[in-house]
Amino acid sequence: MNLAPILPELILTVGGIVLMMIAAFLGRRGSSLCSWASVALLIGSAVALIGQPQHAGELFGGQLVADGFGAFGKLIIYLCAAVAVVMAHNWFERDFEHGAEYPVLILFAAVGMSVMVSATSLVSLYVGVELNSLAAYVLASYRRTDDRSAEAGLKYFVLGALASGIMLYGISLLYGFTGTTQFEGVAASFARDGTQSIGLLFGLVFLLAGLAFKVSAVPFHMWTPDVYEGAPTPVTAFFASAPKVAAVLLGVRVCLDALGPAMDAWRQIMTFAALASILLGAVAAYGQSNIKRLLAYSSINNVGFALIGLVAGGPQGASSVLFYMAVYVVMTLGAFLCVQRMRGEDGEYIEAIDSLSGLSQTRPALAAGLAIFMFSLAGIPPMFGFWPKLMVFNAAVQEGLYALAVAGILGTVVGAYYYLRIVKVMYMDAPGQPFAKGQSRLEGLLIALAALVVSPLGYLLIGPLGEVTGRAAGSLF
Amino acid sequence: MSGVPILSILVGLPLIAGIIALFQSANGARWNALITTLVSLGLGIWLWTAYVPDGPQWQFVEYHKLGGGIAWAMGIDGIALMLIMLTLFLMPICIGASWRAIEKRVPEYMASFLLMQALMIGVFTAQDLLLFYIFFEGGLIPMYLIIGIWGGGERIKASYKFFLYTLAGSVLMLIAMLAMIWTSGTTSIPELMAYDFAPNLQWWLWLAFFASFAVKMPMWPVHTWLPDAHVQAPTAGSVILAGVLLKMGGYGFIRFSLPMFPEASNEFIPFVYLLSGIAVVVTSLIALAQHDMKKLIAYSSVAHMAFVTFGLFAFNRQGIEGAMIVMLSHGLVSGALFLCVGVIYDRLHTREIARYGGLSDNMPKYALLFMVFTMASVGLPGTSGFVGEFLSLVGLYAVSSWAAIVATTGIILGACYMLYLYWRICYGKLVHADAAAMKDLSGREMWLLAPIAAAVLWMGVYPESFMRPMRADIGRLLERVERAKPAGDAQLAAGKPAPTQAHAEAH
Repeated sequence: MNLAPILPELILTVGGIVLMMIAAFLGRRGSSLCSWASVALLIGSAVALIGQPQHAGELFGGQLVADGFGAFGKLIIYLCAAVAVVMAHNWFERDFEHGAEYPVLILFAAVGMSVMVSATSLVSLYVGVELNSLAAYVLASYRRTDDRSAEAGLKYFVLGALASGIMLYGISLLYGFTGTTQFEGVAASFARDGTQSIGLLFGLVFLLAGLAFKVSAVPFHMWTPDVYEGAPTPVTAFFASAPKVAAVLLGVRVCLDALGPAMDAWRQIMTFAALASILLGAVAAYGQSNIKRLLAYSSINNVGFALIGLVAGGPQGASSVLFYMAVYVVMTLGAFLCVQRMRGEDGEYIEAIDSLSGLSQTRPALAAGLAIFMFSLAGIPPMFGFWPKLMVFNAAVQEGLYALAVAGILGTVVGAYYYLRIVKVMYMDAPGQPFAKGQSRLEGLLIALAALVVSPLGYLLIGPLGEVTGRAAGSLF
Repeated sequence: MSGVPILSILVGLPLIAGIIALFQSANGARWNALITTLVSLGLGIWLWTAYVPDGPQWQFVEYHKLGGGIAWAMGIDGIALMLIMLTLFLMPICIGASWRAIEKRVPEYMASFLLMQALMIGVFTAQDLLLFYIFFEGGLIPMYLIIGIWGGGERIKASYKFFLYTLAGSVLMLIAMLAMIWTSGTTSIPELMAYDFAPNLQWWLWLAFFASFAVKMPMWPVHTWLPDAHVQAPTAGSVILAGVLLKMGGYGFIRFSLPMFPEASNEFIPFVYLLSGIAVVVTSLIALAQHDMKKLIAYSSVAHMAFVTFGLFAFNRQGIEGAMIVMLSHGLVSGALFLCVGVIYDRLHTREIARYGGLSDNMPKYALLFMVFTMASVGLPGTSGFVGEFLSLVGLYAVSSWAAIVATTGIILGACYMLYLYWRICYGKLVHADAAAMKDLSGREMWLLAPIAAAVLWMGVYPESFMRPMRADIGRLLERVERAKPAGDAQLAAGKPAPTQAHAEAH
């Protein structure tokens, strides 16, 4: 069997196991080594993706597929994971926890996400989701001594297990009524029986409910604010980026491949999930005083927009989702990198939005960066965050889904308020206690890079990124 | 035409200067902004002289594909040229007005203004639908900061209101733009201006665009953001807001709504007239009752903008030319009036009308210039206001006598509130000691107000300079909307020229 198509996964798996051993034997001293080694592994895997053919064919008897769609997803996931490791490295420097296992867990989660984006059967789908989730549960409660972190981990685990159960139930129904776990076979059954079969319909609904939990779409979003708030900041940044990309891409593949013929059925569900996410993400963020909670609602809100692209379907829709997620992770990681810089003179991390007061006068560069991310997340031109929103609405309008597009875009106005509030606090309020200076240069560089990408300069990326996402989405059809 | 990408330079220059300003000292930023805006003005004057009024419709065209369905497409016609000139003319004045008034965070302030200038020029030059939208919406960010950071006491509320109101209006336009792109297969504004959309689609598209432009304009009843924004904004912010940002609404109507959806525009004429009529009368009455100078001028802006919509939707040459002149004139006059308010606000730090009075005694130069602008706002012959309002009324009368009657009431009311304002501020006795102690205009302030006064009189005496570049383009617009032209209730003189022509042909 040709193993070349799964080279990235192999690198990560083997590397992860080796690093786990190193972490176990070196203990705390190995934390730096493990971090940088895992960053190297992730970047190496990302490089290994280059030059992969558009359709490398099926692997493991049709469990996985290596195609352009998966490769694009993996590329984003690996880079996000690498950023999460870099962020954490600095974070653990002052903390008293054992930092060596963290990058290992990230590596295993990345393998799980790779499986998610390339799964073509219900079994590998579930394996991928669980592999990612198990690592994520541990990551959420990584600060064992911190009550909030432990609470976040527990909540995530209990609710995640429930969602996994629901998803598994849906998978078993689909298997029972179609006789196959292959996406192709499921699609063929839907094409044959339509949604007349109540069993198929139930299977579809349960499967999508499980996926909605993973992408934190309303009404399965309730874990998000608590987990995002409680988890250590680098972990939150990780949750908000890579797993979200993986789950959204998995959702795209499931909906367009496995459930393609049942489009009318899942479209209703996804339309509701999209609009409800946009609206709830926008409204619920109003009263938040903790910036991580606010960003949690922002991520719910953003997933809603990505789902609009999914609802539109077709190559245009799929490529708009890819585009959206690619830009979304840059904005989100940038915002969390800024959040991580919010620490007092004593080194304590601060998460209150009020503490940003007058930041533009005490730390102008940081304020400008965060302002760019906020305007971009709100989708206000000329920031680049506008363009992915335009792409998903474009896909919806192409399909004639005017009502959806209008409802969605009005949601951006509702959401704009709380992004503006952050800018207002930073720029229009009187300066408060300044944050500590002299932090990691690498992080500063990452913030600057992310800010440049989502600044108006990002429009230069429209051509290349659009082509890449178009080709990646094309491999689905 | 030379190969210099002059329009890109006009957009890029302030952008780069703005970024540089962020890293400068307060004084450095001031000089940087002043020099940049003056150089831009110089480039603008060159642009005006190089523009060929009878040449091709789109001049100084630039086109670079960016991929993904958007292009860096730029080009101007005479209408855009005039609005660009207005912008470039007001910018150095704004910087000058902020020279002393703004003391905190000067580099950021100047950077915001320079960014604002780049985006405004972008709006008037963009020839790609999506590019236009990006510039159009992008202006929200610097203006939000200008109002929110350097504004008055209620600045936060005003900045939110400005931002969310305008955003809510504009997002529907984006969906309409996407629908237009999918229907016609092009994002080029010149091509879309010649594309015939199906009438029932036009109807929806027109409404979506109207939502955006009506808020921007602003038309009654979506004008309520304007008084707040004006009152709270710093003087220069008010000048730009009234002088240029409001013109984007009118520009939108003339560039999009009329040529792209002529049938729908015709269908909505009564609706537009109704809103404009209410605006003229109601906001004039509201203005009459104001105690705050800036609020009064803000409400007068709403009333004046109603003349623009009246004129534009008259579908004839007088109406549309009049509307354009009203826009230019109002840009100058309301800007100047806000500066006049700023002058005395800087001295006494209050905008309360009752705190002044009798200023013609101790500030004669000020009283004179204020008088010029008041008269221009009222529409006295010889000033720019008269030309615009007269022409749009003539155009309007050809279509609807009733609308013309209502609109003319607005002129009378306009005279009432403006003269009343002038009387309360400049005439009477100097009752307040602090107001009596105020010094007359400084040299800097003279330099700010005198050029505007000159321009106002120039436009009033010889409007041809300003109409000449626009004439051919308004002609093209009229050809385009000819098929949807309303019949008009007065049937003015429509029969007379025809027989003479036939007579001439007979020979």
